[in-house]
Amino acid sequence: MKHLLTAAMPRDEAIALLDLAEDMHQIQDRELKKLPALRGRTVVNLFFEDSTRTRSSFEIAGKWLSADVINVSGKGSSASKGESLRDTGLTIAAMGVDGVVVRSGASGAPALLADWIGKPVINAGDGTHEHPTQALLDAFALRRRIHGRAARGKGLDGVRIAIVGDIAHSRVARSNALLLPALGAEVTLVGPAAFLPVPAADGTRLGLRAETSLDAVIGERPDALMLLRVQLERQAGKVAPSVGEYITGWSLTDERLARLGDAAIMHPGPMNRGLELSSRAADGDASTVLAQVTAGVSVRMAVLYSLLASDHATDQRSADHRPADHRPANDGGLR
Amino acid sequence: MTTLLLNAAVLGGERRDLAIEGGVLVDPATVDSATAEVVDATGLVALPGLVDLHTHLRQPGGEQAETVASGVRAAAAGGYTCVFAMANTNPVADTPAVVEQVHRLGLQAGLATVRPIGAVTVGLAGERLADMTMLAQSAARVTVFSDDGKCVADAELMRRALEHAASLGGVVAQHAQDPHLTRGSVMHESPLAAELGLTGWPSVAEASIVARDAMLAEVTGARLHVCHVSTVETVEVVRAAKARGIAITAEVTPHHLLLTEELVRSYDGRFKVNPPLRAERDVLALREALADGTIDIVATDHAPHAPEAKQTAFADAAFGMVGLETALGVVQQAMVETGLLDWAGVARVMSTAPAAIGSEPGYDAPLEVGSPAHVVLVDPDARSVIDVDRLHGRSTNSPFLGVELPGRVLHVWHGGTRTVADGRVGVATEGAHR
Repeated sequence: MKHLLTAAMPRDEAIALLDLAEDMHQIQDRELKKLPALRGRTVVNLFFEDSTRTRSSFEIAGKWLSADVINVSGKGSSASKGESLRDTGLTIAAMGVDGVVVRSGASGAPALLADWIGKPVINAGDGTHEHPTQALLDAFALRRRIHGRAARGKGLDGVRIAIVGDIAHSRVARSNALLLPALGAEVTLVGPAAFLPVPAADGTRLGLRAETSLDAVIGERPDALMLLRVQLERQAGKVAPSVGEYITGWSLTDERLARLGDAAIMHPGPMNRGLELSSRAADGDASTVLAQVTAGVSVRMAVLYSLLASDHATDQRSADHRPADHRPANDGGLR
Repeated sequence: MTTLLLNAAVLGGERRDLAIEGGVLVDPATVDSATAEVVDATGLVALPGLVDLHTHLRQPGGEQAETVASGVRAAAAGGYTCVFAMANTNPVADTPAVVEQVHRLGLQAGLATVRPIGAVTVGLAGERLADMTMLAQSAARVTVFSDDGKCVADAELMRRALEHAASLGGVVAQHAQDPHLTRGSVMHESPLAAELGLTGWPSVAEASIVARDAMLAEVTGARLHVCHVSTVETVEVVRAAKARGIAITAEVTPHHLLLTEELVRSYDGRFKVNPPLRAERDVLALREALADGTIDIVATDHAPHAPEAKQTAFADAAFGMVGLETALGVVQQAMVETGLLDWAGVARVMSTAPAAIGSEPGYDAPLEVGSPAHVVLVDPDARSVIDVDRLHGRSTNSPFLGVELPGRVLHVWHGGTRTVADGRVGVATEGAHR
């Protein structure tokens, strides 16, 4: 049984998955965007937390692979949340589905579901823990921006990336902090002190260099700036900086944009224009925001294909159902 | 009836016979061995009955997880003859009616003495003092006051509680946790918590409250007891307070002596406890502190929870672990087998000292002639994997399931009444021991 619970995976597996996503990406150029690879398979999007973009992206990915995709909202009262997590998971598994895509407000919930239900589980974001498909799509979009159509087989070696925002409460940051360095990138975490995770004894945070001054990091001319969505009103309670304080120190303003050169501007969305970044930054040529969204479908097709097509007997699947021979060789991150 | 225990290693030392008659230990030379019940204790260590200053029996209000009757079965199985029942029941043990109910249920259950702990504040709400005098003067004779589960965070309330408890000859047992530093906390604050995306419970939230309370104990001259010390920083504060002559005592739980935060990697709710499992440096410091007397006692913080409260996302799971049945084995592994404590030391930290802190009589001269016959015979050479059959309470939320632990409690006498025989808990037939 295989799952995608974390973005922690060896470099060769990550590259194989990104290469498979490149194959899937070709479908974007087709008039008929449909592969028969997962015909007859049923995927449930089990979302305990509201999400439009991630859920839609998984839904489109599943449908373009010809899977039957069902959306289940698992929202319940907070008191019954945990109970319904297990019971809802077991109930859905008992219906004979082939895979479950889980979004939960609780860190670790997909890992527990994977243990409980015995079906492939894909983590579509769990609490303040991980969002592995987001990291994969970020890597995919950045690799494409740097290497273009010659991206296959390549990593992000030597690419310097700064992740800016509420690192401590961001699952996007955590998954990227695992995946991007595995691909060879040099990642720096940037944010106000209250937004940085607890340091290790050697001063690193999440195993990475962390800085509080965005201006100093911009002065180092990074290759990419990844701006996280911040929710000043709720994520860090009393200790979050005010909007004015955040814009002063950590917003990608037009002035900072001018000093960035041609660095890629990334954002997982949804954007708070004017808070995390200016509209000029969001809409400029350096912005990869929409390319990331497009990449999301391809990456999720690759993940669904890897997990759900791989454990079927080969005689059920003709060779031309496979888009290309770029399947992952093994799966350290895909437990 | 007279019982002769032959050739026991008393407190792990000298091998000699013990005799029980009329509920007390008597001189074996005066006993007629022809008519006595004889237990061969060769190879077994004799300890005084264990005393747990920190047990959650859940009754009233939490009967799906534990009752007084099921809790004392677990206690007896673990070698305990006396347990102090924490006040965070529903309703809270803040009135004579509740503590007397728990006291009465304890008498009915037999097997072990149940000493209700009274709340410090009404409803554990931390807003106004409970009627501590009425609790002390009730039939339950409350001597320990605690809001455990919650910290008495208001410094003035804590000061007045210490003064009041001192005037009653009692002690305040503080759950040291600064609530402002631990909003939403579910595990030790550490790089691992950052990695797992779980909200951290920083060590300073414990040590800072203990430092404050030690200073309050100093100015009031009252006795302060610190529940479940879990960090190296708190150990240092307690050590400094003792050096100043402050009347402070401290406990450590078995799980904090053996387990680390690494177990939380599984997101298994069984490993969620308050205070949380800490880092290895904390575990080692706690062992040293227990060995050198900085930490006075081992207390289980036995905290039963029904399966549905644990089989859920980590952040949503209930805090707590059962521990009565496994405590002695954990202490043997963490303290005796490491050479940090001998069996006489185990008797001190698990029986004599907790009884003294809780003002429970009868434990000051362990296994000596004339003392109440609270006796445990342990096979120190046994080793076994803990499974649910070893748990005698209603709940099975033990972090030690599947773990091999040394030692086995084979026989227990509570005031001369056999409560465990050959590892099996006896039927609760005895009446009130006192």
